[in-house]
Amino acid sequence: MNSNIAIEMRGITKRFGKVVANDSIDLIIKKGEILSLLGENGSGKTTLMNMLAGIYQPDEGQIFAEGEPLTIRSPKDAYECGIGMIHQHYKLVDVFTAAQNIVLGLKDEKLDLKTINSKVKEICDRYSFIIDPSMKIYDMSVSQKQTVEIVKVLYRGADILILDEPTAVLTPQETEKLFTVLRNMRADGKAIVIITHKLNEVMAISDEVAVLRKGKYIGTVKTCETSPQALTDMMVGHAVTLNIDRPKYDSQFPRLKVEGLTCVDDEGITKLDGVTFTAKGGEILGVAGIAGSGQKELLESITGLYPIKQGTVDFVTDEGKEKNLVGLTPMQIRKTGVGMAFVPEDRLGMGLVGSMGMTGNMMLRSWKKGKGVFLNRKSPEELAKKVWDELEVVTPSTSFPVRRLSGGNVQKVLVGREIASLPKILMTAYPVRGLDINTSYAIYNLLTEQKMNGVSVIFVGEDLDVLLELCDRILVLCGGKVSGIVDARTATKEEIGFMMTTVGGKEAADVQ
Amino acid sequence: MSSETVNIPFVRLAKRESMDPRKVWAIRIGSIVIAILLGMLPMFITGNNPFKAYQIIISGALGKPIYIKQTIKIAIPLLGCALAIAPCFKMRFWNIGAEGQITAGAIAASYFALNWYDKVPSFVLLAIMFIAATIAGGIWGLIPAFFKAKWNTNETLFTLMMNYIIIGIVSWLQGGPWEGRKGSQIIPMFNDSARLPVVFGIHCGWIIVLVLVILMHIYMNYTKHGYEIAVIGDSENTARYAGMNVGRIMMRTMFLSGGICGIIGFIVVTGANHTLYNGVANGVGFTSITVAWLSQLNAFAMILISIMLAILTKGSNTLQTKLKVPASISDIVIGILLFCMLSCEFFINYKLIFRPRKTEIKEASV
Amino acid sequence: MSALIALVVAAVTFGTVLMFGTLGEILTEKSGNLNLGVEGIMYMGGAFGLAGAFYYEKIVGEAASSGFVAIILAILAAFLAGAVASAIYGFITITLRANQNVTGLALTIFGTGIGQFTGEFMRVKEGGFVALSNHLKDAFSSTIFPDFLKNIPVIGKMLFSHNFFFYLALILALAMHFFFSRTKTGLYLRAVGESPSTADAAGINTTKYKYLATIIGGGISAIGGMVYIVTTAGCVWNHSGLSGVGWLAVALVIFCMWRPLNAIWGSVLFGALMIMYLRVRIIFIPTEIYKILPYVVTVIVLVISSMRNNKEKQPPASLGVNYFREER
Repeated sequence: MNSNIAIEMRGITKRFGKVVANDSIDLIIKKGEILSLLGENGSGKTTLMNMLAGIYQPDEGQIFAEGEPLTIRSPKDAYECGIGMIHQHYKLVDVFTAAQNIVLGLKDEKLDLKTINSKVKEICDRYSFIIDPSMKIYDMSVSQKQTVEIVKVLYRGADILILDEPTAVLTPQETEKLFTVLRNMRADGKAIVIITHKLNEVMAISDEVAVLRKGKYIGTVKTCETSPQALTDMMVGHAVTLNIDRPKYDSQFPRLKVEGLTCVDDEGITKLDGVTFTAKGGEILGVAGIAGSGQKELLESITGLYPIKQGTVDFVTDEGKEKNLVGLTPMQIRKTGVGMAFVPEDRLGMGLVGSMGMTGNMMLRSWKKGKGVFLNRKSPEELAKKVWDELEVVTPSTSFPVRRLSGGNVQKVLVGREIASLPKILMTAYPVRGLDINTSYAIYNLLTEQKMNGVSVIFVGEDLDVLLELCDRILVLCGGKVSGIVDARTATKEEIGFMMTTVGGKEAADVQ
Repeated sequence: MSSETVNIPFVRLAKRESMDPRKVWAIRIGSIVIAILLGMLPMFITGNNPFKAYQIIISGALGKPIYIKQTIKIAIPLLGCALAIAPCFKMRFWNIGAEGQITAGAIAASYFALNWYDKVPSFVLLAIMFIAATIAGGIWGLIPAFFKAKWNTNETLFTLMMNYIIIGIVSWLQGGPWEGRKGSQIIPMFNDSARLPVVFGIHCGWIIVLVLVILMHIYMNYTKHGYEIAVIGDSENTARYAGMNVGRIMMRTMFLSGGICGIIGFIVVTGANHTLYNGVANGVGFTSITVAWLSQLNAFAMILISIMLAILTKGSNTLQTKLKVPASISDIVIGILLFCMLSCEFFINYKLIFRPRKTEIKEASV
Repeated sequence: MSALIALVVAAVTFGTVLMFGTLGEILTEKSGNLNLGVEGIMYMGGAFGLAGAFYYEKIVGEAASSGFVAIILAILAAFLAGAVASAIYGFITITLRANQNVTGLALTIFGTGIGQFTGEFMRVKEGGFVALSNHLKDAFSSTIFPDFLKNIPVIGKMLFSHNFFFYLALILALAMHFFFSRTKTGLYLRAVGESPSTADAAGINTTKYKYLATIIGGGISAIGGMVYIVTTAGCVWNHSGLSGVGWLAVALVIFCMWRPLNAIWGSVLFGALMIMYLRVRIIFIPTEIYKILPYVVTVIVLVISSMRNNKEKQPPASLGVNYFREER
């Protein structure tokens, strides 16, 4: 028995309906070490950690702390065992102050601001954080919110900290600060787990790496004894350079001209700032950027779903005429024959009707077609059967509610429908998020096929490797501005990574 | 080993994937049975024999042809109004202003009944009244929808307040401009030409609502409008994505819903009451919510449920005269019915996972 | 002047009814539960509160009955009735996770039924009518302050002439304000209503908080129904007068922006609107039209409050949404 072990998980299995999210996983978390939990999207990392945090309960298996069996029935139990988790979506009450959030749920705590503040300050000093305890959460930046989350966990005396994708929304500088804090905590003897799929961060911060693949535990290695390539192998199963087929379409031509596009949200925050680019027919234009850099707003404003404050969006017809799209509703855009297809990020909440079957969802595009008041059910039914067949959707029937299908099948229904509309422009937001490798490749092939048909494909993605191998050009967004547009065949990951955090990329930074 | 068993929670919840439709209906019917059993409680507490009470309810509602006719008369507005509410509820627009929309329709119909009865032939008069009632009810439903569409104003309270406003207006008409004999506070009875013809002993309102059942079934399942309503009810975002104008569809649907309520108002004043008074809607707007919900917004199921509730209402009146049990027992039973129906959905959507027995755990851990 | 004082006194009397209804619903909604059954709850409170006082007097006899005990029993009976009703609502929405809107409506139907049934049943059973002795009626509607305070010109009438329930509601409003803004439990409750998953992750038992807030809130609302019956309605069961009051209370919650202190003046203002037609005659407006004034004002308030956009003046963020921890 190693006294260094903080938590041991043995044979943990968790199912959601028919999906096995975690399949008999063993994991050891050690004191005074940083463990990276590595895996692709959907490999079950968050689910596994949620069971330590008391959000889910394992269907099988046992958790041990210091050799003793442990049952964590609720987050409260987790805190009592010294486990604190910082979730990807911060669990903070917006209208409360930082201090109020920090003491939330504590049993024997008087609401005495002085004591709280001094205790918070002590924690901050110890690990070099800066927060204002009386600031309201809704006035904070993302990284400030994260700080509050970490302090909240430490305030409760957690010895085991779990951070779910902590760097996804941070700038490099903020990431570096966070890592400093984590190292301080490690020195203090805390056990730390970070869930991530970013290899460079794994190499930079962790002592050990545990890898999950498709819900199964692959193994744990010491960081100093491994390499990114070896980790990738563990993550995806076999050594892949992605090898996405990227043919070139010869007669590219301008299809969509966007100039000075500016959007402001309800609260007056500028989401897009003077975005200018041209998307060409016969190419895949990738869009990269840190989460929340304006990707969603960009696609939605082009499709008429998000109000445009300034700028122009022009569609170029086959005859070379330019059609203005600003100020049109989605229906008006469709009626002018622009032929735009859109696969939104939120599949069930925006792209599909969860309670309807495939047929009902095919209708979402065609329901208005035809004269008269009655719905045409026949052609959507045929289309549903076609998509069912060609994309190998796993569903009992075309009327089975799509909400009950697995993520990959849901996406196939959505993409299948959008491609079937024979678009001139196909926009996709994170189309492979949460999908397994095979389905992902199926989607890549569909997009490339569309490109070779002369369609202008816009692909918003998060995985730079995919963007670099799939796209022809990549537009990089940074804080709502276009940081640059690069040729995907020649650009490097580092170059793009830098542009994501600094408008203009390395050169601009050098000038400063 | 024993420490492990203690640590496993006794019961956990999980979402259910799907369920055999037959089992679903068995659960729903079972919950109705439980509701009827629970409905015996207040009768029991007040010292009556519940079985006898139910027997009186049934015989009071169906015992004689004339009772049956009266029961059907109660069912007509219930059914019609449930049909009106169905599209709103499908859209997740909580219209509880059917009461007011009925009254608005009744006022418009009464205006022509009182003022035009000697100007046009009977069937023209009835047609005018019908159209006027539809428009008036529709407008009364449209107003809250407009504000919901524009500023997302809480429609539940808005539609409800509209009830009190229009009912107040009828009270004013009763004692003011439309008062018959001075001081009577009563609006005069309609002329014969403003009364609905009788078919098989009941005013022909029943034909109108049955036609509405078929029309509503078609509307909800086979038309573009019905599809739009279903999509909005599932996700407004998806509706917007599909190019639907959510606000306009909301207003249109509420105009339709209010319009149908208006028709019910027309049926009630011309077919049943032959006059207008402030209790013209008589709680139908609320009870019909129950009808719509219990029948899962299925137009044909509404026929059965509305008759069931009408039997309960009519029978409860008999119960009051015979056993001196207040007629509001019907509201209690209806409330319990709703509670049970709402509760049973839980067993359809979730499953309970109980802690396995000790022996099983031992086997598993070996 | 005396007309104005009379108006204020009457407004406060009716306002007290609304204040209890509103305060109860504020407490419920702070936990994220939108209980639309207040109408039914207040009916039940009215009927059972009256029953409590009536049977107390019947058992101990008119001579031996004490006004104070009658008040306490009426409050207890009403509170219990409301608590039981909201416990049903709580079970169906919190544990069984049914739609809150429809469950609230069902509770309205059920509660008005029970209230009406009980009121009627008592009347029939007691041979025609249920009424309290003048001595108890007095106890319900007279002030708790000594005469010399009440006799101070103007201020005395305005401040010290109200019934016991008004001061109780006032204390309750202040206590709730303190509870929400200063106490730990109040903070946790608000967290549950704002973001149950956050509260849950922080180790707060969301189910317990939701149940307690809903049940106690329902009990408080029910007291409002009882106050109406024993003051405005003159200690006889009167369902028509109580009709719509519960709904107004729900609307008032929005008007008050979920703040107990706002409920004090908001309720009195709406109390004034409710009784103005009796006190302040306006020649051009017929009484019946005048009576709908509070509902028209409510509509206007609803529209205006939906137009404002302020982070601090919003409903609890998870209001009306049920919470299931393992939701994916």
